[in-house]
Amino acid sequence: MNILIVGGGMGGTILANNLARRLAPELRAGKAHLMMLSASDKHMYQPGLLYLALGRMTPDELYRDQASLLEPEIEFYVDPVEEFQLDQNRVKTKSGKTYGYDILVIATGSRPVPEMIPGLAENAETFYTEQSALKMFKRLQTFQGGRVVIAVGVPHKCPMAPLEITFMLHDYFKDRGIRDKVQLHYTYPIGRVHSLENVAKWATPEFDRLGITYETLFNMKEVDGKNRVVKSEEGTEARYDLLITIPAHKGMEIVEKNKLGAGGFIPTDKVKLTMEGRPNVYVIGDTTNIPISKAGSTAHYQAETLGENIAAIVKLGAPVRDHDGKVFCFIECGKDRATYAMFNYTTPPDPKAPTKAVHWFKMAYNKLYWASARGLL
Amino acid sequence: MAERQIIDARGSFCPGPLMELIARLKFAQVGEEFEVLSTDQGSANDIPEWLNKVGHQLLGAREEAGVWHIALRKMK
Repeated sequence: MNILIVGGGMGGTILANNLARRLAPELRAGKAHLMMLSASDKHMYQPGLLYLALGRMTPDELYRDQASLLEPEIEFYVDPVEEFQLDQNRVKTKSGKTYGYDILVIATGSRPVPEMIPGLAENAETFYTEQSALKMFKRLQTFQGGRVVIAVGVPHKCPMAPLEITFMLHDYFKDRGIRDKVQLHYTYPIGRVHSLENVAKWATPEFDRLGITYETLFNMKEVDGKNRVVKSEEGTEARYDLLITIPAHKGMEIVEKNKLGAGGFIPTDKVKLTMEGRPNVYVIGDTTNIPISKAGSTAHYQAETLGENIAAIVKLGAPVRDHDGKVFCFIECGKDRATYAMFNYTTPPDPKAPTKAVHWFKMAYNKLYWASARGLL
Repeated sequence: MAERQIIDARGSFCPGPLMELIARLKFAQVGEEFEVLSTDQGSANDIPEWLNKVGHQLLGAREEAGVWHIALRKMK
């Protein structure tokens, strides 16, 4: 049984290590073969970018060598896929090689596309890449006061990021002694301040308490950098001195080029995690079009379900369980308090009041992540 | 005429039916039709309200066995 994982991000890496352990006897006996193809020899801890933008992490803390995270039984190549030849059960890579499979897992992730909104990339700060997070860090350091607008694109990775950056900016400016010179204005695409109703119910009075203004049903249409105004699809405008964006995301270009799904997101069965019409092709993480949070946690739990199911296919001939849609997201509520939202397809979250203990747990997880990627946590 | 596309947002707490619809419309062509399936009672109000505000066309909304079916056409 040849298992091929395309993508070495959080989902692909956890899945590969999970399978390497579950299938250790089969891999040793040559009854199964496990391979990963990735576009990079480095693995980035993407949630760390939020901290990088605020000077609370440094770039070297975000990376490990991908090979160092993988169990030795996993055959790993830095050789990005260029063609998915699904009818022939094979992929063709940039180097010109062709790899066949019995089971394919696509976990190529998503990418920020601020350029989808005219004027946004040129005029806004963001933190979804190392380069942009460093640029935002430097911009914040020289900012002496004015109106800061947070504007959110759809779909976006990490649904808690809009709230987290807003609360963390409040504390950042407070610590610099200029909070009274800064007006924080939060905008959000739907009719409340967060997609999760219970999170919105908690966050709205927090905004009121901290003097953060907010505006809902605000979907960016264009940014007028000359006049420092962001305009919405709904016909409203927000004036800014500093514009911070959670940009819209698309799936990877290779997914679009191979016409696997609109916007680079592959139609995926939400419980089986199979690609529509392809029973031996699985999709996890940001790459799916499942209406679920695009977050590392989503990929993590999908990888655990899929690891169990693929191992069962090898050992028993069939998968053993449906995916329940579990997500666990920390929510940083400033520099030293945090809460969390845990939910699945049937049970909504019920976030508790933020505490220092949950914040420190998040700080610990920023380090423990590497154990998580190795499939140990 | 292309087939109406289903956005199955039943049980989607995050990003939720309206956010999922906004995302799908970003990558759609003008004239494409969608039907959102939602188990969130709020969708019956907030999706039509947003469509009206932005200028997309509501084609119909009905409830069937606890599921809202909201049909629409992308207009711009």
